[in-house]
Amino acid sequence: MPSPARSPMAAPQSFLWTRRVVLTLLAGFVLLPVYVMISSSLKPLQDVSGKFQWVPTRLTVQPYFDIWETVPLAEYFVNSLIVAGSATVLSVVIAVFSAYAVSRYSFRGKRVFTVTVLSTQMFPGILFLLPLFLIFVNIGNSTGLALYGSRGGLILTYLTFSLPFSIWMLIGYFDSIPKDLDEAAMVDGCGPIRALFRVVVPAAVPGIVAVSVYAFMTAWGEVLFASVMTNDATRTLAVGLQGYATQNDVYWNQVMAASLVVSVPVVAGFLLLQRYLVAGLTAGAVK
Amino acid sequence: MTAVTTDPRAAESDRERSTGTGGARRRLPRIPDRIRRGGLPYLLLLPAVLLELLIHLIPMIIGIVMSFRQLTQFYINNWGGAPWTGLDNYSIAVDFNAPIGEALLHSFLVTCVFTFFAVGLSWLFGVAAAIMLQENFRGRGFLRAVFLVPYALPVYAAVITWAFMFQRDNGLVNHVLHDQLGLTDQPSFWLIGDNSIYALIIVSVWKGWPFAFLMLMAALQNIPRELYEAASIDGAGIWQQIRRITLPSLRPVNQVLVLVLFLWTFNDFNTPYVLFGKSAPENADLISIHIYQSSFVTWNFGSGSAMSVLLLLFLLVVTAVYLFLTSRGRRGADA
Repeated sequence: MPSPARSPMAAPQSFLWTRRVVLTLLAGFVLLPVYVMISSSLKPLQDVSGKFQWVPTRLTVQPYFDIWETVPLAEYFVNSLIVAGSATVLSVVIAVFSAYAVSRYSFRGKRVFTVTVLSTQMFPGILFLLPLFLIFVNIGNSTGLALYGSRGGLILTYLTFSLPFSIWMLIGYFDSIPKDLDEAAMVDGCGPIRALFRVVVPAAVPGIVAVSVYAFMTAWGEVLFASVMTNDATRTLAVGLQGYATQNDVYWNQVMAASLVVSVPVVAGFLLLQRYLVAGLTAGAVK
Repeated sequence: MTAVTTDPRAAESDRERSTGTGGARRRLPRIPDRIRRGGLPYLLLLPAVLLELLIHLIPMIIGIVMSFRQLTQFYINNWGGAPWTGLDNYSIAVDFNAPIGEALLHSFLVTCVFTFFAVGLSWLFGVAAAIMLQENFRGRGFLRAVFLVPYALPVYAAVITWAFMFQRDNGLVNHVLHDQLGLTDQPSFWLIGDNSIYALIIVSVWKGWPFAFLMLMAALQNIPRELYEAASIDGAGIWQQIRRITLPSLRPVNQVLVLVLFLWTFNDFNTPYVLFGKSAPENADLISIHIYQSSFVTWNFGSGSAMSVLLLLFLLVVTAVYLFLTSRGRRGADA
């Protein structure tokens, strides 16, 4: 058999057919809710309240105007943007510093640090939720610093959620950048911090992009802490979206339209940047 | 500073300095080398350490302390004043003959069943998709992007769509099963009652398998091509190559992946919370939801904390046993 390994030429029919069937089924499973979301968001309320229709009989874009009236969606949107944006920026900056330290220096406690940070990722959120809630309430009572119910508290919480994975992935990325580069910069008179920003960060842009996407998605999609730590003024999309479903009538067409609107920014961003995430995982995580 | 000596190169440069070859090095940074190398890493780590302490480690310790106290709503603003109760919260939680313990045990068992199927199916789908997309063909990039969509969609938007699909009267699932295929006598309830666990598993797999796919896809890129070429020359067909090369090569990733999927799925709060609302049906009463409810509906944080600590202990034991068993198995295979 002279044909190159794993090329289409070598694959027998049984494999090709299995592949077609498996991939078609999986694609159908994945896309079914997406189709329901899009098609239902274009139906009038009457048509989503009765029997489900595969093909919409009447099309309308009215739900896309109504969603902003039924609940203060724009306000939630702004809150989510502020919270997720700030959490992302802070988390990535902190992760860059930490990963640089771990990747470029040897110091006592290095292993303890990486293991501890990674293991916090594993613990149930519900375990932190109650004490954190109390800590925020008590900090507020004793210092007047409003963390409970404020965006600040949520930002602090969310940025620690993405921190472990970000640090882990950036260590892998920084390790793949030759040390000679920043050492050369330091010989030229740069301090270590300047070397980090002049040499290492520019070389690690794909990794930093991947980590930012991850951090933003984490903060944009979190529900548990958002449902406890926010009030009417700081409510984020994660909680606000349920506003359409708690009325007497559920405006399913508006629910679907709103879901689509809040998904588009993250899905588009993710799909544009997903190859960085795969590359980052290949470089760092899977070692 | 003692840490510096662990790095041979740093120690060497220190020695050079002390023996007075410093003339050529006058233009090095003003901060003395030893402090720079010794203190800077800690300074760089400081923000991350402080935040981990504030958000994760201190709350965890407080949570453990809280679990020994009678912490009801009267003490929310002054939780230090809540009376100590010793192990009362724990003995109530594990008294499986009384209502609270019985409900906790039921919730735990439901979570085990749910986790088993959700993780198993997610992994299976992920492996299948990653292997089928390993080789280049037309449409591969597109399918890869499609498969990652559930991972990218915000949980609440995706799960609320599933909740709509599972509606009894106007949902897609009953429309297909009842109206189009005629499989059921009556439209079934999916979000309350016995079927709720199926709905939960389906949604969880839909949401979770792309992560498995992502990790496995990255791992497959690290398998050297020469392995396949050699196998092909030896006459191995594609199925044999998958069984003999691809699957064994994935073992190290699988070890981590299955553990991570297990922990995430077992602790999952978002999916049931958005799918069912605050009160989950009994058959889909996952442990996180159960603890959340016991804490915030009854405002009994002490009891909720005790349950969280028990959950944490369970997860730690499972993780330790799992790592022990899988690492031993792997060492045995390598030898």
